[in-house]
Amino acid sequence: MPPLIDVRDLKKTYQLGEVTVNALAGVTVSIERGSYVAIMGPSGSGKSTFMNLLGCLDRPTSGHYLLDSIPVEGLDRDHLAEIRNQKIGFIFQNFNLLPRMSALENVELPLLYQDHDTPDADDLAEHALMLVGLAGREHNFPAQLSGGQQQRVAIARAMINKPEIILADEPTGALDSRTSAEIMNIFERLNRTQGITMVLVTHSDEIATHADRIIGFRDGLVVSDAPVVRSRRTSEKVAVLRVPVEVPQ
Amino acid sequence: MKKLKQSMRIAFRALTMNKLRSALTMLGIVIGVASVIATVAIGSGATQRIQDQIASIGSNIIMVTPGSTTTSGVRLGTGNAVTLSEADAKELPAQCPDVALAAPLVRGAAQVVYGNNNWATIIYGVTPDYLTIRELSVADGAEFTQQDVESANKVAVLGKTVVDNLFGGADAIGQIIRIKNVPFAVIGILTPKGQSSQGQDQDDVILLPISTAKRKVIGINAANADAVNTIMMQAKSGAQIPAAQEEAQALLRQRHHLQTVEADDFTIRNLQELFAAQEASSSIMAIMLAAVASVSLVVGGIGIMNIMLISVRERTREIGLRQAIGAKTRDILTQFLVEAVTLSIAGGFVGIVLGIAASALISRLAGWATAVGPGAVLLAVFFSALVGIGFGYYPARKAAYLDPIEALRYE
Repeated sequence: MPPLIDVRDLKKTYQLGEVTVNALAGVTVSIERGSYVAIMGPSGSGKSTFMNLLGCLDRPTSGHYLLDSIPVEGLDRDHLAEIRNQKIGFIFQNFNLLPRMSALENVELPLLYQDHDTPDADDLAEHALMLVGLAGREHNFPAQLSGGQQQRVAIARAMINKPEIILADEPTGALDSRTSAEIMNIFERLNRTQGITMVLVTHSDEIATHADRIIGFRDGLVVSDAPVVRSRRTSEKVAVLRVPVEVPQ
Repeated sequence: MKKLKQSMRIAFRALTMNKLRSALTMLGIVIGVASVIATVAIGSGATQRIQDQIASIGSNIIMVTPGSTTTSGVRLGTGNAVTLSEADAKELPAQCPDVALAAPLVRGAAQVVYGNNNWATIIYGVTPDYLTIRELSVADGAEFTQQDVESANKVAVLGKTVVDNLFGGADAIGQIIRIKNVPFAVIGILTPKGQSSQGQDQDDVILLPISTAKRKVIGINAANADAVNTIMMQAKSGAQIPAAQEEAQALLRQRHHLQTVEADDFTIRNLQELFAAQEASSSIMAIMLAAVASVSLVVGGIGIMNIMLISVRERTREIGLRQAIGAKTRDILTQFLVEAVTLSIAGGFVGIVLGIAASALISRLAGWATAVGPGAVLLAVFFSALVGIGFGYYPARKAAYLDPIEALRYE
């Protein structure tokens, strides 16, 4: 079976006045189905650009990107929107819930943009909220929920369309450590039990160790790529390990 | 369908979030639609009134009046000549196949006395055909007959205003009134006709047999004892009016022994033409008023565009998120268009109600006739929707083509 994500020599350049910025200078990565990948790197390393390209929010300047064997680098806006709707779930640092909608309606939002009707949308959304531990909070508005609860609504929203992959950009960046641990638990469960491929961007070594594999970015290039070594084989991880973040080019 | 319903729900929620802002935006459309409705109502009310007046004068009427004559090179004014005669009136229906009836008419003014009341009014000396042509009828009593005309009986048919002023509430039929000291028996009272288009009270009139009127009240023209002021003709149908006019002209020229080089010594006028012109000018006025009113509709539309642009800017993050989770260009476009159209149509409905109320108020206060037709209402709904789509499109398009990454990052 081909990898879920197959990226070859992906480049993205921006023109800022006279200066050409190489945000991505040729990245080749493949990510298997069901894997759990953390992406790390300093600001301006190109990891956000990479995530935008992975999420089909942007198109590369050059290179190839096969998502679930579909070459997406040449697709137009509306086709990309369709791919995002069907295959990708997004988690943002600032949750990005719509403030005027209840938790349930926020979770149902991706169903709205499907080509077909979903008559049991309410049931699906309630189930998704239950999975993230928010049963009974369906009719709360985002302002009535804590940060961790809001992020869990966002997770429920990301998984409602049964995506192949969830892309999380600093998902715990706005949360305290205890809440972060809860969120990471949910991610792990989604990955282990639902088989959803997870890719998350983080600054935190501690968060990154929840993943199976850590990819390091710097100056628009992948500078490290290594599996996480665990102290025990159990899924209950107390991760103490050497993370090869700094790899000489 | 589901999407449209959802879009309407989203739009409704977005609009109720900013109630004051939505209300103020709608106000532009409300004023625009209300003024269009009110002006159209005034315009069609005026047209309606003119049509009623045409109907009140009688249908298919042609008026013949003596023309200007030239005596020793001096042209005298229209109506001064004594060229038209009772004999002309008699011959017109007999010889012109398209003329149904012709009634001679002499006109004068006189003081009328009954008991200690007196009243100045207009006296028409006519034949019974006059009542038929003018579609006059008596509400009380009887019309006078051809016999009354031939015998020059001293009988009078009174208009409602005259009766009110002479008799107050008392019964007028059978009473004797004095016109220029000549006693007349009141035999009938006319059904009221109201004001004419010139604002003249059509009920302030006394009808006498033409023969009696000439001999006893108005006086006989010294030059031509047979002369009349006007001949009123009725064509057999509306379509036959032009033919009747031509036939009458030919006949009168022949009867008056006019040479081909000589001009007509009479004028034939067709009232329909007169009123058609008046109607046309009133509808032009109505269209102009409506055009001015639609300018405010456009201004309202610009208000919508303004608010929608602000709304798109404020909701950039929301748009970015919707795009990220799979909203296509069309979805975002529809969402914002629905919002703009909802604003404009809601404003349109309020405007219709307000416009109808305003036209009712105008007809009450100013006494102008107004008429709000279903056409005007439909037009208003149509135009307010059009304004919503027209002025909502640009902001909606702007929203639909936002870059998702930048939109998501927007603060």
